[in-house]
Amino acid sequence: MFGFGILSGLIVLPLIGAGFILLQRGEDEATLRNAKWAAMLTTLVLFALSCYAWSQFDTSSSEFQFVEQRGWFGAGLTYKLGVDGISFPFVVLTAFLMPFCILASWTSIHFRMKEYLVAFLVLEALMIGVFCSLDLVLFYLFFEGGLIPMFLIIGIWGGKRRVYASFKFFLYTLVGSLLMLLAIMSMYGTAGTTDITVLLKTHFPVAMQTWLFLAFFASFAVKMPMWPVHTWLPDAHVEAPTAGSVILAGILLKMGGYGFLRFSLPMFPDASHLFAPLVFTLSVIAIIYTSLVALVQEDMKKLIAYSSVAHMGFVTMGLFAFTEQGIQGAVFQMVSHGLVSGALFLCVGVVYDRMHTREIAAYGGLVNRMPRYATAFLIFTMANIGLPGTSGFVGEFLTMLGTFEVNSWVTLFAATGVILSAAYALYLYRRVVFGVLTKDNLKSILDLNPREAGMLGTLGVLTIFYGIHPSPSVGASGPRGAALVWPPTAARAATRHKLAAATPPAVTLAAQAGAATR
Amino acid sequence: MTPISLDIAHALPELILAIGALFVLLFGAIRGKENDGPATEIAVGILGLAVVVLLIGSKSRAVVFDGMFIDDAFGRFMKVLTLIGSIGTLLMGQRFLARERIDKFEYPVLVILSTLGALILISASGLITLYLGLELMSLALYVIAAFHRDNIRASEAGLKYFVLGALSSGMLLYGASLLYGFAGTVEFTGIAEAIQGHGDQGGLASSDNLRFVSFGLVFLMTGLAFKMSVVPFHMWTPDVYEGAPTPVTAFFATAPKMAAVAITTRVIISAFPGITLQWQQIIVFISILSMALGSFAAIGQTNIKRLMAYSSIGHMGFALVGLAAGTQEGVQGVIIYMAIYLAMTLGTFAAILSMKINDRSVENVADLMGLARTHPSMAFFLATMMFSLAGIPPLAGFFAKFYVFDAAIHAHLYWLAVIGVLMSCVAAFYYLRVIKFMYFDESGVAFDRQSPITAGVLTLTGLFVLLMWVFPSTFIGAAGAAAKSLF
Repeated sequence: MFGFGILSGLIVLPLIGAGFILLQRGEDEATLRNAKWAAMLTTLVLFALSCYAWSQFDTSSSEFQFVEQRGWFGAGLTYKLGVDGISFPFVVLTAFLMPFCILASWTSIHFRMKEYLVAFLVLEALMIGVFCSLDLVLFYLFFEGGLIPMFLIIGIWGGKRRVYASFKFFLYTLVGSLLMLLAIMSMYGTAGTTDITVLLKTHFPVAMQTWLFLAFFASFAVKMPMWPVHTWLPDAHVEAPTAGSVILAGILLKMGGYGFLRFSLPMFPDASHLFAPLVFTLSVIAIIYTSLVALVQEDMKKLIAYSSVAHMGFVTMGLFAFTEQGIQGAVFQMVSHGLVSGALFLCVGVVYDRMHTREIAAYGGLVNRMPRYATAFLIFTMANIGLPGTSGFVGEFLTMLGTFEVNSWVTLFAATGVILSAAYALYLYRRVVFGVLTKDNLKSILDLNPREAGMLGTLGVLTIFYGIHPSPSVGASGPRGAALVWPPTAARAATRHKLAAATPPAVTLAAQAGAATR
Repeated sequence: MTPISLDIAHALPELILAIGALFVLLFGAIRGKENDGPATEIAVGILGLAVVVLLIGSKSRAVVFDGMFIDDAFGRFMKVLTLIGSIGTLLMGQRFLARERIDKFEYPVLVILSTLGALILISASGLITLYLGLELMSLALYVIAAFHRDNIRASEAGLKYFVLGALSSGMLLYGASLLYGFAGTVEFTGIAEAIQGHGDQGGLASSDNLRFVSFGLVFLMTGLAFKMSVVPFHMWTPDVYEGAPTPVTAFFATAPKMAAVAITTRVIISAFPGITLQWQQIIVFISILSMALGSFAAIGQTNIKRLMAYSSIGHMGFALVGLAAGTQEGVQGVIIYMAIYLAMTLGTFAAILSMKINDRSVENVADLMGLARTHPSMAFFLATMMFSLAGIPPLAGFFAKFYVFDAAIHAHLYWLAVIGVLMSCVAAFYYLRVIKFMYFDESGVAFDRQSPITAGVLTLTGLFVLLMWVFPSTFIGAAGAAAKSLF
């Protein structure tokens, strides 16, 4: 269409939806309903479109696909889009989670609904842009542009301390990103282009790699978030509206992991290896420390937020093990965490919409009044712990397996984190769902309505499906993941792409991962 | 020597403004009324005519009037920016001045004269022309700063600006005379040749006289830094911005800034290419100080005009990062930065001029409270400006910063770039605070309806800032061509 490819379509579509909603005049019931349906329809069409793209995805090639390129700023800066086995799962995940966000906000947003929907649709366009960009500056534009709608979502529709949380979120991320921007300029100066496909083949001098790595690390570590720069996350999660938390945990955090996978590991392999011990240390601290912190939280969302930090610790640990299992596990963990933590935040949102508090102490004995809710919550709690049979298990197991080959101590410490996660998750579940229903205001609480049941049911089925049948997504990182294994032989380093092309089965699996996400 | 009739063709925009200023003056005097009547419209027409002449006029590069005046792509680009700034502020300010009963016909005349000075300054290719343009611009500025003569704050602003301005002009003259003394010429190219030397003859750069040339350079820079309002010669800025009537502040923030940055760039690039080390230190120093002061000092401001003053100090610091690189890329960055800064400033001041409650202007940032509820479109575009001033992509302000920092990185000025981005994070805080008032806080008192002109300016600049990244190539290409003409 107009010479643009399907990926541009994916980016533009939400903007068209947003424009349509902006054109609606008035604040009455009918207008708002129209706006909501328009947003819902946009996200659903977008998801369908991404599924269509998935079906067109050539699984026998490991090259970037759906590539489109046009002149942009000139001098090496082009508008270039394309996806491969690493990025496409994230595109589909984004398109998949978005309708849930709209649904989750159906009745819980009481003012400025239209602006809210517009912010979410713009955010969706930017997030898809992040995963589709094949130009570093374009990537940066989407990566940091996403701050604006998220800042507004937290700041306008957030809780009591929303101003503090939104500023913290914005400024933390900005500092990291700007350092990355300088690194991007430096790479631009060296390579003369910001085309990612070219940069993937460029070999930067080792001394330069170190600096570039640190600059990118500053950005992705904040986004991930890694200990000790994770402190913005609990605040942002607690204050954000439910849908905001879902997107934050489901997609925005994944941008950090995606960044490591797309840029840091393949572009700065020497530096990545050099800093692996540092990343291991930070990951292990994150896993153990934030799990302990989660144990003492009084606020449900804060507890889940800290558990997110711990789970992201597994991702970084797996990535920097430079083994096939580690990297595949990390990718799987990210997708799985996107589903599970998103679902957990939805679970919190369900009771928050009814009681308007997230304090754990305010609940108890919900199983008596809300059996369906208790079931759904249980599935996701188990997945969060990493119980075999749920998707959470596969990621944690693979990352630990991958790391064990490299450093058994790190794995040992990480494993204690799994135990701790069982402790805090079960403790939360017991306090909220089990026990005697003594609180008067809980006695009339209603179980899941069809809308909520539909959302949680879909996610629950996927969580279990992935747990039993993980192979579709494990292969997602296949070809490129294999290229990141350390130590690369000289031949492997030189023919990274040829090697990738030699392992088509993994790409096939990658394609199925998307099919499964449907 | 070319016949003077040919020379004049290259100074046509300046001539139009000179004659136009006299015409408006006569028109006002003959009309004999207190208020300005159609004077503003006529002035806008004259300035617009100059823009048209610049856009369709010759595209060549020519040094005319015995090497005193240069007409090149760089100059034309910056002149267009200057004129747009003047036109925008004249149009936006009309209602404000009428409300304050200072809508005298002298105001447009002074604006034209000041713009004329700015254009001459931009085209200066010798120290004499530089001083001529600078003084013409400044003298008109001194007067309009105190244009609200019954207002004590405005008078104070005018006086302060005059005293400090006179001091800086003195320093600039002293520097110019030192340079003339050692180079034996006032032309920039001549100075450059004298410093570099030609053939086997070593220039001043290799002799003991270098330190005296450096002296001249420092004093010259002092005068120019004052006009750009960069640290440590920024002290007048917050007081003048706050004290002067808002339309005048808007004018201060646009047209003269364009001219000052343009001439600084021209002087540095064309007169001192041989002693990069000497001037680079100065530029890096004032750039870092300006970015730091602009970022930290603005945090505590409650008056939005004062906030914009510190913001402008910071932005001049960012623009100078590109100049510090001293490369064609860097100059391109400066040009892009100034163009985008012009759009952002015009838009922001359009919003500030719309801050009225019951026909009375308010200036506190906190007055913006709840603007998103009462005036959604104004809030949206002002928020766009703020995000853009903070340098968040995909807004234009990001690309402004991108080009200057890119040039600095390529020139290996890593620390300058790192300090710069950290300062822009600090600055982001106070821009976000403005957005916080508009969007996160509940309604305060609603403002009056926006006038069509301010709404129009805000919308136009807002759309430019918002959508620049979609079709950037024409604009970036023009800036690139302009930068190329300097080298």
